Amino acid sequence: MKRHLLSAADLSRDDAELVLRTAEELRSLADRPIKKLPALRGRTVVNLFFEDSTRTRISFEAAAKRLSADVINFAAKGSSLSKGESLKDTALTLEAMGADAIVVRHAASGAPHRLATAGWTGSSVINAGDGTHEHPTQALLDAFTMWRHLGALDGRRVAIVGDVLHSRVARSNALLLRTLGAEVTLVAPPTLLPVGVDGWNVETSYDVDSVLPKADVVMMLRVQGERMNASYFPTVREYSRRYGLDARRMAQLQDHTIVMHPGPMVRGMEITADVADSSRSVIVEQVTNGVAVRMAVLYLLLGGSEPAGTTERDAA
Amino acid sequence: MSTDRTLIRGARPLGGDAADVLLRGGVIAEVRAGLDAEGATVVDADGLVLLPGLVDLHTHLREPGREDAETVETGTRAAALGGFTAVHAMANTDPVADTAGVVEQVWRLGQSAGHCDVRPVGAVTIGLAGQQLAELGAMADSAAAVRVFSDDGRCVSDAVLMRRALEYVKAFDGVVAQHAQEPRLTEGAQMNEGELSGRLGLRGWPAVAEEAIIARDCLLTAHVGSRLHVCHVSTAGSVEIIRWAKSKGWNVTAEVTPHHLLLTDDLAATYDPLYKVNPPLRTHADVEAVRAGLADGTIDVVATDHAPHPHEDKDCEWAAAAFGMLGLETALSVVQHTMVDAGLLTWADVADRMSRTPARIGRVSEHGRPIAAGEPANLVLYDPSASRVVEPGESASLSRNNPYTGLELPGRVVHTFLRGTPTVHEGKPA
Repeated sequence: MKRHLLSAADLSRDDAELVLRTAEELRSLADRPIKKLPALRGRTVVNLFFEDSTRTRISFEAAAKRLSADVINFAAKGSSLSKGESLKDTALTLEAMGADAIVVRHAASGAPHRLATAGWTGSSVINAGDGTHEHPTQALLDAFTMWRHLGALDGRRVAIVGDVLHSRVARSNALLLRTLGAEVTLVAPPTLLPVGVDGWNVETSYDVDSVLPKADVVMMLRVQGERMNASYFPTVREYSRRYGLDARRMAQLQDHTIVMHPGPMVRGMEITADVADSSRSVIVEQVTNGVAVRMAVLYLLLGGSEPAGTTERDAA
Repeated sequence: MSTDRTLIRGARPLGGDAADVLLRGGVIAEVRAGLDAEGATVVDADGLVLLPGLVDLHTHLREPGREDAETVETGTRAAALGGFTAVHAMANTDPVADTAGVVEQVWRLGQSAGHCDVRPVGAVTIGLAGQQLAELGAMADSAAAVRVFSDDGRCVSDAVLMRRALEYVKAFDGVVAQHAQEPRLTEGAQMNEGELSGRLGLRGWPAVAEEAIIARDCLLTAHVGSRLHVCHVSTAGSVEIIRWAKSKGWNVTAEVTPHHLLLTDDLAATYDPLYKVNPPLRTHADVEAVRAGLADGTIDVVATDHAPHPHEDKDCEWAAAAFGMLGLETALSVVQHTMVDAGLLTWADVADRMSRTPARIGRVSEHGRPIAAGEPANLVLYDPSASRVVEPGESASLSRNNPYTGLELPGRVVHTFLRGTPTVHEGKPA
């Protein structure tokens, strides 16, 4: 593994499978009475969040704490974009405090890349979502969830439906799922597919109904109603009719097909409540898996020297 | 060093056969082989190419307002080191150069610095706001004698306002230099729109946003019979549109920057804002097209768009960074590398694209002249056989946002003369 996790493209197939196997070991921890390992005792993990994201922050925080790391939460509302303290000065501050890993969420695409490469800090940098670029740990937890339900992903068909243009989740998933051998189809109105998507080595479609019957996984992306004001689609209702996942569409799915959503959902927009709460939905499980995957990433990046699952007795 | 009489010994005017050139009283006194020094200061120019002093149509000197990035003094010193004897100072200062008072101030600062002539560009609209014409006539009639008007950094996107500006400047032989960028198509845009912008999650800047404005402005110019100059052409489509407009006989000229002749959009994958510029770096195909356009004369001139920014405005995340890159001290080297060494331009062509034609577009009478007896002694001696690795710390500019950092570029400006007086001697400020 590289020293940073900035993009899902940083992961070779071996790297990705190592993360998934490690996560599987660590996930079993969730079922034990004492959910803590000493693997990262004495190491400091900083959650540096320039954007609000309670669920991702909590997930990383839980992951770091279960590995006994010291966790500092740094909510830097007001990034340099709003002329607050600059990313650089924040990085220098964290460096001075001796952070071993910086988990960063930022509204600017590439901000974690800058943090890792501009020479401001020697810490490992984990991208927890940057602008409309990537969210690699989300892709890992999604792949982990699929893997637990479907086994190996080679040849599996994953449909990712919604606002691909603005989605860091879609970008990271497209990269990682291809690395793991899955077939990916991005489904969106033409306005919400990026220019040049032909070069992503994935299929695209404007027609969700033609894609659903063949899919093994359907991943619905959040669509912000405000996009309507920028003419990406005419109305929320039209979007829901053409691209939303409701019970009628869900009936087209194969029996084993699972429904995913990275959250937060807009119920009634891209997904109806009955689908979100159905037995096909693994949305809540994604959250549980998120902690295990983030534990695996922290453990592997910070070079935990011993196998992840073997030291729990020391902790107990 | 005496500035009264200088004998340039053995230089190759426009890259041709070696000759001696005697400068006296600020003008070229004589050009021929085997001139006698007769007590003149002798400059050994054996093997150096002699060109008319370069003229930049597009320079940001940042004064008044952003003296932390550049001043007229430092910017013109950098210009001289790059072989320039005249630069056009863009209007997007603070306050904006939209009155006779501001353009005269910039002009006087240039005179007192003395490194090269400064021709201020006047804003087209008050405060660059695109609402109301600035007092173009007052700027034209001022001591600064403004002939080039531009809202550069912003596009005069309102079609009626652009039409009126084009019409109005006809009264004093002015030209409107348009920053072609359709604003709605480029809201929040960060880099060239293409596969890479999609992958990097940086909002795309489509070529059509540039091309649509150029097409419209060519048609407007033809309709009102005025002069249009297109700033920093960056796309293959723009070159095609300008080629078409010229084929119609319309009075349209265009410039390309050195960075658009050399650098491509894949540099954005570093997320290093050193490569963030407006218009953005484009694709290899676009680079090929602007080179071809410059070679065949569709693009008339090379203009630097030298855009200094303080360190903190580039030492940050991409979206927060300022647009722009330095260019004055590397322009001739980049043109040699991309055009001369590639066989696309001769040195005589370089003199045309970087001196004669920009002077003609800007109506700068004392620059861009032939190398002949009686002409003003605005000259540059250039060593095309030299090469260097670009080191931003060596710049005379106050800023360090040099996109060629670490690249090896050919050539070196050895001497620059402004009206016979050396402004650069042996590659150092004289």
